[in-house]
Amino acid sequence: MSIEVRIPTILRPFTGDAKVVEASGDTLSGLIDDLESRHPGLRERIVDDAGLRRFVNIYIDDEDVRFLGGLEAPLSDGCSVTILPAVAGG
Amino acid sequence: MLEIDAALVVALVAHARADHPDEACGVIAGPVGSDRPERLIPMVNAARSPTFYEFDSLDLLRLYREMDDRDEEPVVIYHSHTATEAYPSRTDVSYASEPNAHYVLVSTRETGADDGPYELRSYRIVDGVISEEEVRVVDHGRDTE
Repeated sequence: MSIEVRIPTILRPFTGDAKVVEASGDTLSGLIDDLESRHPGLRERIVDDAGLRRFVNIYIDDEDVRFLGGLEAPLSDGCSVTILPAVAGG
Repeated sequence: MLEIDAALVVALVAHARADHPDEACGVIAGPVGSDRPERLIPMVNAARSPTFYEFDSLDLLRLYREMDDRDEEPVVIYHSHTATEAYPSRTDVSYASEPNAHYVLVSTRETGADDGPYELRSYRIVDGVISEEEVRVVDHGRDTE
């Protein structure tokens, strides 16, 4: 199973500057574990003690994972995952 | 330094005034690696707040996909402060996540939605550190060529 994961600029130091990496997992949670094993340090930028970080957006194809079950969102072979930090402030 | 066309400044300030008293927010995209702000993209502030802004998550995805298709990146990320100075807040610094962008702040505290004086300042925010930079407004409308 191979899933394409698009990495935002701010997280590329963890991926050797790669914009797109490959990973696998049946759920988003599994995918994040796999990403962490290939690119150590990435997980804690995406997940905290409460789950997915509030100001990091993750999409499976065209949908926000918040509407697909969050960390338990299922993944299928060939789908595309995009990570985008929120653009926000005060 | 941020070099920006006068027409973009006029449009950006107009957006801030139009959204006052809520914070306005948006991006000016430019070709990847060029550091040239060219295309103003006002965004909806999904928070609709006088003290907070956030791009809606699907708007954000569409924006980044569109910029990617056009070989662009966010050269400027702008937002307005409606009652405070045009200086990044602690929240602005915590959420600044585009290391190559110029963070532009406009303050509408003096005149709100009306014409009149405004403050517009630009900053780099990298690894939690704010560095203010000069803003050079270029008026291409005056070119005779």
